[in-house]
Amino acid sequence: MKRIYAREDLCLGCRLCEIHCLVAHSKSRRIISAMTREKGQITPRCKVEESGQVTFALQCRHCEHARCLEACMTGAITRDPATGVVLHNADKCVGCWMCLMSCPVGAIQRGREGHVASKCDLCQGEAAPVCVANCPNEALLFEDREERKK
Amino acid sequence: MRKWLVEPDFILTRDPDRCINCQVCVRQCANDVHVHDEEADLVQSDSEKCVGCHRCAALCPTQAISIEKASLEFRPNGNWTADRIRAVYKQAEGGGILLSGMGNDQTLPVLWDHMVLNASQVTNPSIDPLREPMELVTYLGRKPDRLELNRDANGKVSLATELAPQLRLETPIMFSAMSYGSISYNASFSLARAAQAAGTFANTGEGGLHKDFRPYAKNLIVQVASGRFGVDPDYLNVAAAVEIKIGQGAKPGIGGHLPAEKVDAQVSATRMIPERTDALSPAPHHDIYSIEDLRQLIYGIKEATQYTKPVCVKISAVHNVAAIASGAVRAGADIVAIDGFRGGTGAAPTVIRDNVGIPIELALAAVDARLRDEGIRHQASIVAAGSFRSSADVIKAIALGADAVYIGTAALVAMGCHLCQKCYTGKCNWGIATQDPMLTKRLNADVATRRLSNLLRGWSLEIKEMLGGMGINAIESLRGNREHLRGIALSDRDLNILGIKAAGE
Amino acid sequence: MNYLVIGNSAAAVGAVEGIRSVDAEGKITLLAAEPDHTYSRPLISYLLAGKVGPERLDYRPADFYEKFKVEAKLGQEVVAVDTAAHTVATKAGEKFSYDRLLIATGGRPFVPEIAGLAGARGAFTFTALDDARRIDQYLKESAVKEAVVLGGGMIGLKAAEALLARGLQVTVVELADRLLSTSFDRAASELLEAALERRHAAVCLGGTVEKVIANNGAVSAVSLTGGRELACQLLVVAIGVVPNVEFLKSSGLKLGRGLVVDDHLRTSAPDVYAAGDVVEGWDFLAETKRPLPILPLACRQGRIAGCNMAGRDESYLGGMPMNAIEICDLPTISVGLANASGEPYEVLAVRNPERRTYRKVVLRENKIVGLILIGDIDRAGIFTGLIENKVDVGPIKHLLLAEEFGLLSLDSEYRKHMVSGPGIEV
Ligand SMILES: Cc1cc2nc3c(=O)[nH]c(=O)nc-3n(C[C@H](O)[C@H](O)[C@H](O)COP(=O)(O)OP(=O)(O)OC[C@H]3O[C@@H](n4cnc5c(N)ncnc54)[C@H](O)[C@@H]3O)c2cc1C
Ligand code: SF4
Ligand code: SF4
Ligand code: SF4
Ligand code: SF4
Repeated sequence: MKRIYAREDLCLGCRLCEIHCLVAHSKSRRIISAMTREKGQITPRCKVEESGQVTFALQCRHCEHARCLEACMTGAITRDPATGVVLHNADKCVGCWMCLMSCPVGAIQRGREGHVASKCDLCQGEAAPVCVANCPNEALLFEDREERKK
Repeated sequence: MRKWLVEPDFILTRDPDRCINCQVCVRQCANDVHVHDEEADLVQSDSEKCVGCHRCAALCPTQAISIEKASLEFRPNGNWTADRIRAVYKQAEGGGILLSGMGNDQTLPVLWDHMVLNASQVTNPSIDPLREPMELVTYLGRKPDRLELNRDANGKVSLATELAPQLRLETPIMFSAMSYGSISYNASFSLARAAQAAGTFANTGEGGLHKDFRPYAKNLIVQVASGRFGVDPDYLNVAAAVEIKIGQGAKPGIGGHLPAEKVDAQVSATRMIPERTDALSPAPHHDIYSIEDLRQLIYGIKEATQYTKPVCVKISAVHNVAAIASGAVRAGADIVAIDGFRGGTGAAPTVIRDNVGIPIELALAAVDARLRDEGIRHQASIVAAGSFRSSADVIKAIALGADAVYIGTAALVAMGCHLCQKCYTGKCNWGIATQDPMLTKRLNADVATRRLSNLLRGWSLEIKEMLGGMGINAIESLRGNREHLRGIALSDRDLNILGIKAAGE
Repeated sequence: MNYLVIGNSAAAVGAVEGIRSVDAEGKITLLAAEPDHTYSRPLISYLLAGKVGPERLDYRPADFYEKFKVEAKLGQEVVAVDTAAHTVATKAGEKFSYDRLLIATGGRPFVPEIAGLAGARGAFTFTALDDARRIDQYLKESAVKEAVVLGGGMIGLKAAEALLARGLQVTVVELADRLLSTSFDRAASELLEAALERRHAAVCLGGTVEKVIANNGAVSAVSLTGGRELACQLLVVAIGVVPNVEFLKSSGLKLGRGLVVDDHLRTSAPDVYAAGDVVEGWDFLAETKRPLPILPLACRQGRIAGCNMAGRDESYLGGMPMNAIEICDLPTISVGLANASGEPYEVLAVRNPERRTYRKVVLRENKIVGLILIGDIDRAGIFTGLIENKVDVGPIKHLLLAEEFGLLSLDSEYRKHMVSGPGIEV
């Protein structure tokens, strides 16, 4: 499946990916409203890590054997059988943090949306993941590497 | 001591209705203009440090930033302009030579803008380049005095004359010399890759050839300059052609200086000099004091490369450029590159950049005319350089007599350069003229290569359109064809030197 | 192929999903003692607390059986398995045959011998939806003000929290000197005790309930070790679960502390597989077989067993204890050998009493083998990954507990492997 891959050598650490992710998951979906009024209630699903000169943006890997999915005790985390995307349903989530404990890349966060987890949904409903689309340096790639490998 | 007489060049304002306090600008400005005040949780700016490179504004996701020229007006004075007054303040403060990057920014007339092209009407039908083939292929190198042909028993004709080595360009535009060191690895890499993709050439400049760029050497021209950085037999032999750099349009008559900070491990290996030492290019080549000396170097290089590569001599456009070009051709140059006074640089004393040398338009016309008069025009190709800003400038240069052009500044602009002229500080916010790893990674070589290729493609298409309009189907037929140019608002003297008629004639 | 699955919880559901990822057509029959649609067992405490309604209990959507083409026979308790004949028998007297059988009957609460406990009204265990319903009913019917929870483990604490939410005065009684004794150390327990006490719950360590005192057949008090008496109208016994294998005694299947399985989750009889709380699985950290009754492993084992049943070879590489529990707004995570100490273990820990956080990493030969995070739990999964992948963290020891710990603290090769997937180059 198509996944997002970060290029550490090109990431500027500007965090525009986080900003646009937040906006895409806001109610207003308008950057100024989202980043001012709604900011406290939305978690950017991607997380920019920074250490010295290296920075990169991390999102859920949509693992083939998703640890979060098997750890999720409520059934809030599911896989879309058609696309393979690992999805999180905040309405089912009770914030037990089993998924957060299990995700080996640390892609799940305690959400600001309420007592619920928060993770990347690959921007369901958008033409392309907005973090990828808005990265000014093309440091994020959205591609199917397994396919390419074959 | 506070530099209290040095005033800001720009005033940066942030629209409070639009700023979302995301701090992208804070993270992007290498000049530390923006700071986030933790306590107030507000982004604030110090305009004094702003160089007007627009990096913050370009990345600000809400277009909250505007940057204007500081409107601190002096009493109007046509002589003592604000720039001159401020230059004196700066110099009185520091006492040194004022430096600048990029080319001459003075408001002297740009003659390209005073020349117009012809188009066909009725008698000589124009050509539609979308329907009919249009040839931009250009060969650079010495052409034979005359051609001899063989005819075999069956009447088949073949060429008997042995041709001198030629560079084949798919489009008459090359990337001019910009050394790795003055520009970043990614920038150099992008130029080499774009040249290869477009079937043209990039010039390594005097900084040597990074080992990673060797796979692109078939599309690279390597330079031998007064510092002789990175020059060895291998360097000369892998490249497509060798260029001897005598002068540079931005700073004729003076040498170069790459500050030690920019000489990191990679630059040092490429230049073959110790790490963190200043890379000094002397003003002259210390073994060239005459045309005869130049001939020795040209033939030295030809020997070293077994006469398989054209040798180019690059000179800056100065008063007696025509005579010097003629000397270079007679000394054996296969290509003469002429760099006009608007040519760019990584660092030059501002006073030299802005006051020395002549415009490329006049220099090119003079050189072309002189070589023709002397009957040696075919012995060398002419490459013009020095601020080609559009395909129109390029096609006009070809009509004036150039075989091809070098573009430098336009290539940098295609990669994101905003002409802030601070190349010499090493803090290029666009990741181009810097070696700071935090900044160099801002230039994604894939993106830059794509943008450069797009630029070449776009200009080539435009050139074809203009050629078609003139009823010409090959760039070869326009070369030196000054009938296709007319001058506007030029003096008779200018028209004369340019060798063109006035509009309406 | 005729698949038979006994059980209807995490392991059984995992198995159904595993089978269907390989075999879209085979017949799947599912038998479960409980009559309900597959539900999330851990949510019973949320239900009791009133934090979620019954509609949110479903572990999988209402159309799960239909979508996965499963014939679900709910409320059918299996009483015997005949491995030779390839049949199972239910309490209602029905017989089902199978080509492949999965036993995923989970655990049952362990109830110790306590004087006066048997038959006393108001005494409950707490592992099934029915327990939650019955307690709820009891709370509504009887005037309960005080409750005692026996057992300071995960289930006990969850029960205590639910009862607190119902407005009861709750005392947790735990035999060990700390709460969550199998995974917590004293320092971690102290923070948890404080969190409970802030909600006015009492914690009584180092003792147990010796006697249940009843009034008219209903619990009215308990007497603790040392003789102290505690008035209570409700008693929840939650001192552990044991594999639910009683009904297999006659089957000849090899039993240890749980149902014994190999690395393909096969039992000792051909065509019979097992997964979840019922098995004695491989603990790769302790390097021993033992029951590890946690949901992630039940689900994983189920999926792997299902794949193997349907013919796709997949190994189960073992598991380790791990749990995320938030009690009284204090999030906690413990993984692996979290309270190991002494040779050959090395313990790194930071405590911040003001922020009520505690972070501890246990190392063995420079590999992380245990983890406790209290309060500040973000990015815990990275540690879990490091434990599971047995990564040498010697060179980055000093970064492990740093505030900005993240993937960038790790070796770049490991990071690339994690982020880009095995065998896929960046
Ligand atoms: C209150 C509570 C909180 C918990 N919280 C957590 C937590 O936070 N994290 C965590 O990892 N784990 C937690 N657990 C443990 C977790 O619920 C179990 O590990 C998990 O449910 C095991 O799944 P399983 O499928 O193996 O068995 P079970 O969930 O025990 O299911 C067994 C199934 O088998 C059926 N069954 C049993 N016997 C028979 C029979 N004879 N015939 C037919 N059917 C039968 C039952 O009806 C049931 O459907 C908690 C458990 C409880 C009770
Ligand atoms: S937007 Fe791109 S460059 Fe900026 S932090 Fe995100 S990944 Fe890095
Ligand atoms: S959240 Fe983590 S475990 Fe789950 S699919 Fe994404 S990367 Fe994998
Ligand atoms: S893909 Fe969408 S949801 Fe996922 S991190 Fe990127 S922007 Fe956020
Ligand atoms: S980048 Fe723009 S929106 Fe973000 S803090 Fe700077 S000015 Fe504000």
